[in-house]
Amino acid sequence: MAFTQRHLLGLEGMSAEAITAILDTAASFKEISERDIKKVPTLRGKTVINLFYESSTRTRTSFEIAAKRLSADTINLSASASSVSKGETLADTARNLEAMRPDALVVRHPLSGACALVARHVTCPIVNAGDGCHEHPTQALLDCLTIREHRGQIAGLTVAVVGDLLHSRVGRSNVHALRALGATVRLVGPPTLLPPEFATMGCDVHTRLEDGVRDADVIMMLRIQRERLGGIFFPSLDEYSHYYCLTEDAVRLARPDVVILHPGPLNRGLEIASSVADGPYSLIMNQVTNGLAVRMAILYMLVARSKAVQFADEGSGTAALPAAEPVRGRSGGRA
Amino acid sequence: MSRRLVVAGGRVVDPVAGTVAPGDVVVEDGRFAAVEQPGVEVAEAETLDARGLLVMPGLVDVHVHLREPGQEYKETIATGVAAALAGGFASVACMANTNPVNDSGAVTQFILDRAAVAGGARVHPIGAVSVGLGGQALAEIGEMHRIGIVAVSDDGRPIMSAGLMRRALEYTRLFDIPVIAHEEDDELCGGGVMNEGVTALRLGLRGRPAAAEEVMIARDLALVELTGGRLHVAHISTARGVELVRQAKARGLRVTAEAAPHHLVLTEEAVGDYDANAKMAPPLRTGADVAALRAGLADGTIDAIASDHAPHHQDQKDCEFDQAAFGIVGLETALALGLRLVAEGALDLPTLVHRMSTGPARLLGLPAGTLAPGAAADLTLVDPERRWKIAARQFRSKSRNTPFDGWDVVGRAVAVLVGGRLVHDERPATPTLRVAS
Repeated sequence: MAFTQRHLLGLEGMSAEAITAILDTAASFKEISERDIKKVPTLRGKTVINLFYESSTRTRTSFEIAAKRLSADTINLSASASSVSKGETLADTARNLEAMRPDALVVRHPLSGACALVARHVTCPIVNAGDGCHEHPTQALLDCLTIREHRGQIAGLTVAVVGDLLHSRVGRSNVHALRALGATVRLVGPPTLLPPEFATMGCDVHTRLEDGVRDADVIMMLRIQRERLGGIFFPSLDEYSHYYCLTEDAVRLARPDVVILHPGPLNRGLEIASSVADGPYSLIMNQVTNGLAVRMAILYMLVARSKAVQFADEGSGTAALPAAEPVRGRSGGRA
Repeated sequence: MSRRLVVAGGRVVDPVAGTVAPGDVVVEDGRFAAVEQPGVEVAEAETLDARGLLVMPGLVDVHVHLREPGQEYKETIATGVAAALAGGFASVACMANTNPVNDSGAVTQFILDRAAVAGGARVHPIGAVSVGLGGQALAEIGEMHRIGIVAVSDDGRPIMSAGLMRRALEYTRLFDIPVIAHEEDDELCGGGVMNEGVTALRLGLRGRPAAAEEVMIARDLALVELTGGRLHVAHISTARGVELVRQAKARGLRVTAEAAPHHLVLTEEAVGDYDANAKMAPPLRTGADVAALRAGLADGTIDAIASDHAPHHQDQKDCEFDQAAFGIVGLETALALGLRLVAEGALDLPTLVHRMSTGPARLLGLPAGTLAPGAAADLTLVDPERRWKIAARQFRSKSRNTPFDGWDVVGRAVAVLVGGRLVHDERPATPTLRVAS
């Protein structure tokens, strides 16, 4: 297995082999969610804590269901309900949670690098569920899985990522993953939200939507964070929409078999027209479904491995992994 | 009855003459008397063994934060002085952003009193430009000057009001002291926490662009031209900033500049995986900026190396990068990093010593940085061969916030004399003070 990290803090620097290993595992997990009884015992007796310092519906629900479908126990902590309001530091909160022996901490935080900070203070696996403007690795992985499902492979595709690249953790993680997998990545947005340094990360930088989406295989729209941008980065939402809203006209510039992605939540009519979001080329709901599989894969790969390591440390042989193997065995048969 | 001391057997670095040569430094009643040929017989003199050591004017750091009064959990004047001596500094100038702010004669006097109790290195207070560092109204500069400030600065904060800066540059002409400016435009920094560029983009951190420094330096140079005041640019960090100062000096403007060791040695990449010990303002820049700073240091555009010693408690660094405090301690690492520049060929040894003694002393008008007869006998003795590992845990400073922890370095100050008095001594075999017959 090429994915050997203890934590999933980001996708920067991750090899194509490692990413592919995660995607393969995720693909194999999809079937579980189609069963009548949507549960396997893989992580029975394991505890996964979702520590969310930022509001989230989709990602938190997805992680929680993912853990539960693998039979792990899950606990959700949100910032307002935790000790944060009493002034406890992030490191202290993480250490206290670890003292209760969880098997993974899923962390979302409004500040970049927060997950790396937590990982410095605890030993259990950390999954970054979005840290500030830094990375949102499981989102990019589910995007890659979705694209791969529809196009067979990612190498050689041209992917246009449109929106607020400056502040987007989804954008960054996708740049790393898509570049690693051999896609051509075009970034599109107003100059105020598209630092030219992205070119040094191997991306093509476009400020006009028409240039960016022309002949693209994939168009990935990013959410405009209305709350933090007004007036400083562009004059008004109307004006943003005028230049960057993905309309059917814009989609027609892309390849005929183009597919559209959006991490959600959608700002309909702002960055994406409803007719596009709901159109035949939209894979937005597939993304959500695949998100569940990707998170199951990540939890499985991080938690099952830490169990194996633990068993090996105790000199008890390697009995741990085979117990989890049948699921992967099935995937091998299907592939 | 005069008291004589010969610092004997060392190699004397004279930064004014630009020479390094064997010589014995003769001190009489706390002042330099002469630099003699090695082995000279001086009647009724004590001898201080400097064999194997470099003997240079006492080092001067014009930019330190001693945190007292108000933040004694980070540093006190006593621990700051101890750190200065351990780093080879005989004189330091301390910034005004204490609590209360050094914006009145009473606080200035308090600092001097505490420094007198601490003993050892000379402590020169810097007063605030504005009341409470508020950037609105001029502090009582004259009152502070009567008690002993050597410059004014709102360091830590830029003076965003061009109008206030103009008046500060004008008013300080009365005392012929410089206005030391933290040149970063707050609006352009936009709450940034590191250099704006590819590393910040990668890490998802807000950037402080180089232009934030450049526009402020350009603005203040225009104001120097308008007022005839003296501007000292603190911790210059950008290539274009250096070029602006270079051009201004060529035009004869009264401007000086300092650079911090970390800006001369590290780039933005030191932030690595959100290491808050690489977070400071101005931020670590790019390799091109480092090269320009080194060139500016060598050609004299930059007058001084200043540590910007900024102690912070571990709790203010071991947290989310956005929330971590700006700044690092530097008194105990500055010389070793300077010697590293010499080893790398960025500048020669006398020039380094100049930028760490003569240059800073001159820009603040301090009686230091020289071996001239009659000058106060401040000396730093450096073992140029000493290999050691920077260990933050062993700092004399109360704080350990350094990105250089664990670095292997060569060269260390082993003794400091202030006014002819040995105030710091870590030479291997010390009992060498003896009376010659």
